[in-house]
Amino acid sequence: MSLTVLLTIICLSILALFSSIILYFIAQKFKVFEDPRIDEVQAVLPAANCGGCGFAGCRNFAEALVKAETFEGLNCPVGGATVMGSVAKLLGKEAPQVDPTVAVLLCNGTPEFRPRTSRYNGASDCRISHNLYIGETDCSYGCLGLGDCVRACTFDAIHMNSETELPVIIDDKCVSCGACVKACPRKIIELRKKAKKDRKIYVTCSNCEKGGPARRACKVACIACGKCVKVCAFDAITIENNLAYIDANKCTFCRKCVTECPTSCIIEVNFPPRKSVIEVEAGVVNDNPNV
Amino acid sequence: MLKTFPIGGVHPPENKITADAAIEFLPVPSSVVIPVTQHIGAPAAIMVNKGDYVRTGQKIAESKGFVSSNIHSSVSGKVNKTDLVTDTSGYKQPAVFIDVEGDEWVETIDRSNEIITEVKLSGEEIIKKCLESGIVGLGGATFPSHVKLTVPSGKKCDVLIINGVECEPYLTSDHRLMLEKGEEVLIGVTILMKALNVNKALVGIENNKTDAINHLTKLAPIFPGITVHALKVKYPQGAEKQLIKALINREVPSGRLPLDVGTVVHNVGTAYAVYEAVQKNKPLFERVVTITGKSLSKPGNYFVRIGTPVRCLIEAAGGMPEDTGKIVNGGPLMGKAINNTDVPVVKGTSGVILFPKEESQRMEISRCIRCAKCIDACALNLEPYLLMTLSERGLFERAEHERITDCMECGACSYICPAGRPLLDYIRLGKTSVMKMVRERNMK
Repeated sequence: MSLTVLLTIICLSILALFSSIILYFIAQKFKVFEDPRIDEVQAVLPAANCGGCGFAGCRNFAEALVKAETFEGLNCPVGGATVMGSVAKLLGKEAPQVDPTVAVLLCNGTPEFRPRTSRYNGASDCRISHNLYIGETDCSYGCLGLGDCVRACTFDAIHMNSETELPVIIDDKCVSCGACVKACPRKIIELRKKAKKDRKIYVTCSNCEKGGPARRACKVACIACGKCVKVCAFDAITIENNLAYIDANKCTFCRKCVTECPTSCIIEVNFPPRKSVIEVEAGVVNDNPNV
Repeated sequence: MLKTFPIGGVHPPENKITADAAIEFLPVPSSVVIPVTQHIGAPAAIMVNKGDYVRTGQKIAESKGFVSSNIHSSVSGKVNKTDLVTDTSGYKQPAVFIDVEGDEWVETIDRSNEIITEVKLSGEEIIKKCLESGIVGLGGATFPSHVKLTVPSGKKCDVLIINGVECEPYLTSDHRLMLEKGEEVLIGVTILMKALNVNKALVGIENNKTDAINHLTKLAPIFPGITVHALKVKYPQGAEKQLIKALINREVPSGRLPLDVGTVVHNVGTAYAVYEAVQKNKPLFERVVTITGKSLSKPGNYFVRIGTPVRCLIEAAGGMPEDTGKIVNGGPLMGKAINNTDVPVVKGTSGVILFPKEESQRMEISRCIRCAKCIDACALNLEPYLLMTLSERGLFERAEHERITDCMECGACSYICPAGRPLLDYIRLGKTSVMKMVRERNMK
């Protein structure tokens, strides 16, 4: 009895020894060299795997970073300058300065401003509604309000406001990975340059139609009247396709366009209240961009 | 045993309210809007300018490319403008706006009631005439007919199938046409046979239209080669592939055309339009439209000029009932709800249905209960529940593998689903995404 046990142990041990020797040589033969720096870079990256960098995931991006000659065009929007800085330090390269951005919705068509002319009764999916018909309102460019962006956001930065029927983007949570931009079938989410104190001035409209039809569909539509272009002293505003656009790089946050816009489609966010309503109405606007 | 297709199918309540209403002429409206894209293929190029005087039947937009179609004015009057108009989807597309003045037809059109039996034109001339007259498939798909009639070299067509099935509930435009214009339809079939160079044509009609079957069967012996066949009532029998299977027991393989199995399918409405174009020189600017609904006071079938606003049709049918919850352009299964009664009637409009509020709501969506009713209903052997899930999750490559592009969007799965799942909505989304993916792959 004890001999059987002993023999079994000896036989199996010899078998294990041989197998391990064979496995060792095979492993040596088929060894794949992997740059150890990839692991190091990956450890620095945020591991969100959001795809905001344009790569399949953080590992894929780390490989690209190690392989790249320069960091031109490579940026992790989630980690921002800090992460890119430490990656650059690790690889002995220089990270280009990339301005942090944040997602903004270019539509302000609440039920109050943009009346519902029909009722959509199909599947709750923006893409389906967009392919099927114009949507519940008469605006073929605006938000459909079915929340594809909310579902696309892996950072819990977007939620639906049931009153305005529009998505709300939380600046603090948004990492500008661009998942919502890709998910939106109407392409009305933009990644805009972040400013101090999360201040924003932008045109909340995407309607490319002429003034008449745009205004009929929505009270706060851009009618491309050009008043904002005239009032802007910094050439930051351009009109293309019947739609005004404010260049965030040129804008100095003087807020003149906001008061000038006849349809109130240019909005200011995170600004302190204006000095006095009477002053604004009289055309006296504070020129100091830092207020 | 009546013939039918073997796989899948559903039988919704027929509700053919207007089956006994004779076709009337809808008065010419005071203005019409004629979109330049009323067919599958390239939009036609507008040939008229603001202020031009056009006559009824005059060409106002020219076909661009092989798969395209001419557009003719349906009224006489002045061109008010060429602008964008809201179509049935609510999106804008270019159209010609015409203010009506009198009703002066182009002289070459034969307006008499005389039936001309003898076909003088040759096959090629017939195809040319179809192109010139802007004939498209009037069953709903609006595929340009001249393309279907041109048999490419290397392929052979030995039998023509005429679709008089009208399997959609409510609609009766083809039914009335066969009853009232039976002779013209059969002459049209003879013309199509000549164009395709075949000597056999089968007319398939569902058995809920016995009067039409009897009428055409009585007339058929005068026309050599044409036989009329009654089919079992089952949706979607009017689909090309299903009708071919039911009538001549040939199966069109996935991704192929009926021509690959030696046949071509045309609608009875198209046959009538071809008759008018070839024998009467009348381009396609008028079609039969069913206006129906349970609450309408005067539902009926009308000869409607293309470009007439749907509003005029509803007025003719006794005005919009108060309880209207949804207006559907087309049949209840494949049609599309419209959000505006100013949209014009186009070549593909077979009917307009007004649903009362209680019938216009979709069921509340609940979870899939794995009953597999959608699989039983699918006439194409697909698995709708799976295709929906794949589209929902964006797994389009797998969806392509599961043959999502075979789906003809008949809606039988959505109709039958006891859980009220929006199967077709998601399958449509998946189908467009897969088709886009395939196009991009082929471009590379």
